[in-house]
Amino acid sequence: MTTPTTTTTSPTAPSRLRTTAGAFLANNGALVGLVALCLALFIATPNFLTGPNLLNIGIQASTIAVLAFGMTFVIVAGGIDLSVGSVAALSAMASAWVYSSAGMPGWMSLVAGLATGAALGSISGIAIAFGRLPSFIATLAMLSVARGLTLVVSDGRPIATSPEVSFLGGTVVGIPVPILVLAAAGLVAAFILNRTVVGRSMYAVGGNAEAARLSGIPVRRVLVTVFALAGLYAALAGMLLAGRLNSAQPQAAAGYELDAIAAVVIGGASLAGGVGRVSGTLVGALILAVIRNGLNLLNVSSFWQQVVIGLVIAVAVGIDVLRRKNTRH
Amino acid sequence: MKFSHPGRLATAVTISAVLVATTAACGRDGGSTEGAAAAGQSVTLSLSTLNNPFFVDVRDGAQEAADELGLDLDVVDAQNDSTTQANQIANAVTGGADGVVVNPVDSDAAGAAVQPALGADLPVVGVDRAVDGADITSLVSSDNVAGGRQAAEALAAAIGEEGTVIVLQGVAGTSASRDRGQGFAEGIAEFADIEVVATQTANFDRAQALDVATNLLQSHPDTVGIFAENDEMALGAIQALGARAGDDVMVVGFDGTDDGLAAVESGSLVATVAQQPTELGRQSVEVMSRVLAGETVDSEIPVPVQTVTTENVGDFLQ
Repeated sequence: MTTPTTTTTSPTAPSRLRTTAGAFLANNGALVGLVALCLALFIATPNFLTGPNLLNIGIQASTIAVLAFGMTFVIVAGGIDLSVGSVAALSAMASAWVYSSAGMPGWMSLVAGLATGAALGSISGIAIAFGRLPSFIATLAMLSVARGLTLVVSDGRPIATSPEVSFLGGTVVGIPVPILVLAAAGLVAAFILNRTVVGRSMYAVGGNAEAARLSGIPVRRVLVTVFALAGLYAALAGMLLAGRLNSAQPQAAAGYELDAIAAVVIGGASLAGGVGRVSGTLVGALILAVIRNGLNLLNVSSFWQQVVIGLVIAVAVGIDVLRRKNTRH
Repeated sequence: MKFSHPGRLATAVTISAVLVATTAACGRDGGSTEGAAAAGQSVTLSLSTLNNPFFVDVRDGAQEAADELGLDLDVVDAQNDSTTQANQIANAVTGGADGVVVNPVDSDAAGAAVQPALGADLPVVGVDRAVDGADITSLVSSDNVAGGRQAAEALAAAIGEEGTVIVLQGVAGTSASRDRGQGFAEGIAEFADIEVVATQTANFDRAQALDVATNLLQSHPDTVGIFAENDEMALGAIQALGARAGDDVMVVGFDGTDDGLAAVESGSLVATVAQQPTELGRQSVEVMSRVLAGETVDSEIPVPVQTVTTENVGDFLQ
């Protein structure tokens, strides 16, 4: 994966310097970090580099990765979405409720879950684009509202999911479905960001909203789309998580928004907007999953795990920033 | 609320009842009334969180008891935030509560949080978790250390007293995790052929336990037993084990939640140590009612924990 490459991504990607191996490394600091982390764990424990364990990591990365794909749209467009964990929980709960409590058919539970996420995201988006609320505040409000509604719907108890949602947590011809969902969600996100007008507009809006507006981009509509997509991805992540547990949990995905933001930023996106790639986000999510998996395999004390995770995030982002600076001349 | 004539009448009756009760309560200090019913008095129940089925059961038990005793129960949810809890207790005191039942977010912080209530001479009853650094009226709680020991015995029996086991810990630093972990460690140490090979946290969370247990089973494929410090994590571990749960890997949980009991009944969970959350809630309100009626109560009221297996699970399922 670290071999020199001349054409690594689509011609429409926002960066130019990538004709040498050095430039490749510079643009893929997170990937180098992931490989180094895997090598270290491979040396430290024989249980790390085994087929089943690698599948585990893929499954365990899936929820955060899907959330983070949605977050990538938001961060590229210069915003932040703190509500994705709560939106994931409420969407999963709505999906389970439709099936278990309202007795509707299983396919309706999938539709209801995704629709809930997209609707909640749109509400945040409208508040941000038309209500002029900062995205930090609008989504902070949604974080609280959605978590509260999750508790209201569930009365604080888990609700069983439909077979269709549980299928999302299962396996199909030996391949775990969460990994398939992860791959499909990633490809769709990359397609939207790189190959569609609205996706390219997200980079423009995140880079300079005023310039984007003056050049005729419908900034408000783009912003609503961005947050609706983040909500939709959050709903998918929530149902993925619920599917793995065969039940929607009222406290599901609490705090996952921070992991999702970390994954996007580790992947090389800028919180200032205008920069970010889906492939980077995937690497970021994998780094988080590999760290958690590795710390379990090494039986590291729970007190130290949080310290280690924090340090690795800081180091990963720090290295990436340094490499970028060095290649800008 | 409608303001029809019967409604007004009811309001008047309620107000009179409250006045009578308040008079009785005042009289209590002078020792002139004894055993007066606490009915009509208002009690605030401050819960650490309602984002957990266990505390929802505590609330349900408390509400049942309050309804039977005619107490007016005001339930507030601190959402696992000590500052919120402190504010809610202070608000309850200024709002005219006659007593406060507190389920601390954090035992130390709760010591400070109940000061406004103690300062106003209101009775304070702790439930489930201790209130440290404050002289509260009574504490209604389960014995978690004894429960941990019982869990160790149940797990040892299930795995034939030998083999490797792993432990899923709760939120690091909480008293429940400390006490259950300590009890389990003490209990399992009695069995020389059982080795605890890994102890990792999954924060009392089902989804995290699924991941952590999956990882630990990778590094310790010879595991025959798992102790989870609550049922939610035990259910996550069972999800990780799939068909192996209850067959070649035995899982023991803690709490006796509805889902946990159902898993015991189905055989995937070998045992759970049932705290009785409904009973905790019920007794805390009953104790408060007795205090409000002028009785003296014990400073510690233990609510028994019970090991639940397939044999007695029927007694726990409603």
